[in-house]
Amino acid sequence: MATIIVQRPKLAWHEKMFISTLFKGLKITLGHALRTFLQIAGKKPKVTMEYPEEKWDSHLPEYYRGAPALVTDEQDRERCVSCQLCEFICPPKAIKIIPGEIPSDDPWAKVEKRPKVFEIDMIRCIYCGMCEEVCPEQAIYLRKDYAITGLSRQEMVHDKARLYEIGGKRVGLVNKWNELK
Amino acid sequence: MPRPPLLMAPLFANIDLAFLITALVKIVGFTFMVILPLVTVCVYFERRFSAIIQDRVGPNRVGIPLTLLGFKSDLQILGIGGLFQAAADGVKFILKEDFTPKFVNTFYYWLAPCLTVVPALLTCAVLPFGSELAIADLNGLITALGLPALPSVPVQAVIADLNVGPLYTFAIASLGVYGIVLAGWASNSKYPFLGSVRSSAQMISYELSLGLSIIPVFMVFGELNLGKITSFQDAHGWLILPLWGDGLSLGRWVLWIPMLISFIIFTVAMFAETNRLPFDLAECETELVGGYHTEYSSMKFALFFMGEYAAMIIGSGLAVTLFLGGWSIPFSPWLHLNFVPGDTPLWLGLLHIATFLTKVIGFILFFILIRWSLPRFRFDQLMKFGWLFMFEIALANVLLTAVLMIWVPLK
Repeated sequence: MATIIVQRPKLAWHEKMFISTLFKGLKITLGHALRTFLQIAGKKPKVTMEYPEEKWDSHLPEYYRGAPALVTDEQDRERCVSCQLCEFICPPKAIKIIPGEIPSDDPWAKVEKRPKVFEIDMIRCIYCGMCEEVCPEQAIYLRKDYAITGLSRQEMVHDKARLYEIGGKRVGLVNKWNELK
Repeated sequence: MPRPPLLMAPLFANIDLAFLITALVKIVGFTFMVILPLVTVCVYFERRFSAIIQDRVGPNRVGIPLTLLGFKSDLQILGIGGLFQAAADGVKFILKEDFTPKFVNTFYYWLAPCLTVVPALLTCAVLPFGSELAIADLNGLITALGLPALPSVPVQAVIADLNVGPLYTFAIASLGVYGIVLAGWASNSKYPFLGSVRSSAQMISYELSLGLSIIPVFMVFGELNLGKITSFQDAHGWLILPLWGDGLSLGRWVLWIPMLISFIIFTVAMFAETNRLPFDLAECETELVGGYHTEYSSMKFALFFMGEYAAMIIGSGLAVTLFLGGWSIPFSPWLHLNFVPGDTPLWLGLLHIATFLTKVIGFILFFILIRWSLPRFRFDQLMKFGWLFMFEIALANVLLTAVLMIWVPLK
């Protein structure tokens, strides 16, 4: 194949002197200004979404990484077995787990462990999703909540109850601890 | 003991009280109730205009804060959001901590912001912001209220009707450079210093072409009084739009070429004088943090800001007065809205003021458009452009006008 040498466009004298290019630039900015002005005046800005009134929630993609949360399975059993893998992989060290034993009279005694304390510090969390990826029980997921706010540092630490509240129930997939059919 | 005779009485008798009062009203009214609010309007325009240029919405939320009084939502005037943004900015500046670093030269550090604002506001003294205000038209209303009648002489809508108007403006405007130099020097820090040195070099270089560019204008008018220049343009067509009256003669259109060159040079030099992009070498955030006002905070920073915008408004006012007919309404002789000395009704006088302000705001929008369109010059390019191009063109333009005026004399 023959090589094609792309010719650099030759500038006319008025382009070299920045005379016509000046007006070209002004035309571009003014064009943008007029277009956006008409959109705003028509109450339909196409680019900007005015956040608290309009939200992006319905456009969030499936893979969106929001706040990490714990989930329960279809029998309302907490899926987390407090193996602490997420605690150790968490790059900003946001997760804190104190494992606890499940008493022998519990119907799920054969699971052996569940977290006594499970806290995620949302000030530290970087929403990387490593906890979700590493979890062998599929117990921790990144949900679509993104407006995590609080008035104190203490409020920004999600405890177990809050994590289950965000996470809710997630069914299917992990059947390891279920009764064999 | 008898009271001593009042020696001051004959002195007071000679003072024209009406003149004093009107002068005071004009100073307070124009400087503090038009120019300073116009600064905040400029800031609002700058933010909204830059936003729509960049496909954004811009500040559109701040209204009259009725929510503080328990109402459900803030009041947005005319449905245009964000008109009170500038007021919110001002309150923010006042409430910020006014921090003076330990290492500065305190006296000059405090002096510099004042030296930026004061010259900028002083220059508006010679700008004719309207034609005449026939206050005698109000006499019917005033005598009905039981007050003494107003004098029948119309009030000139200019603070000081100097015969050397533009010279005064340039003399005072060039003082603005001291504010910047002192700010950079007193801050005792290298970024402000570099910014101020650059800025002073730039302002001094461009003042030459600024002054030279309007010499052809004065040659055409044969006049240095800005008020008379404007009334001439009202009757005979604007300088760069001679479309009515005498303006339709061949001579005006031949002279239109050097006038257009003058206008372009004047505008470019004005951008450089006010340190606006593409000539904002004094600030250039990317290289010098904030330039000469890096070490300033709170209201002192706001004063620099105000001075800069006030200079921009005065610059626009001067450009409008010299080239775009000042307060005159386009095609005024045909619309019968032209200015007749001593016989202009009050409503027309007010309309002239409105026209002037509209033109100034239009020119400011042009300033803003340029700022958000063009990239900044490199410093050596800037100096080269000023000394090797603008200065020569301005000089040649004086010569060109003089030669053309041999064949097509005006007046």
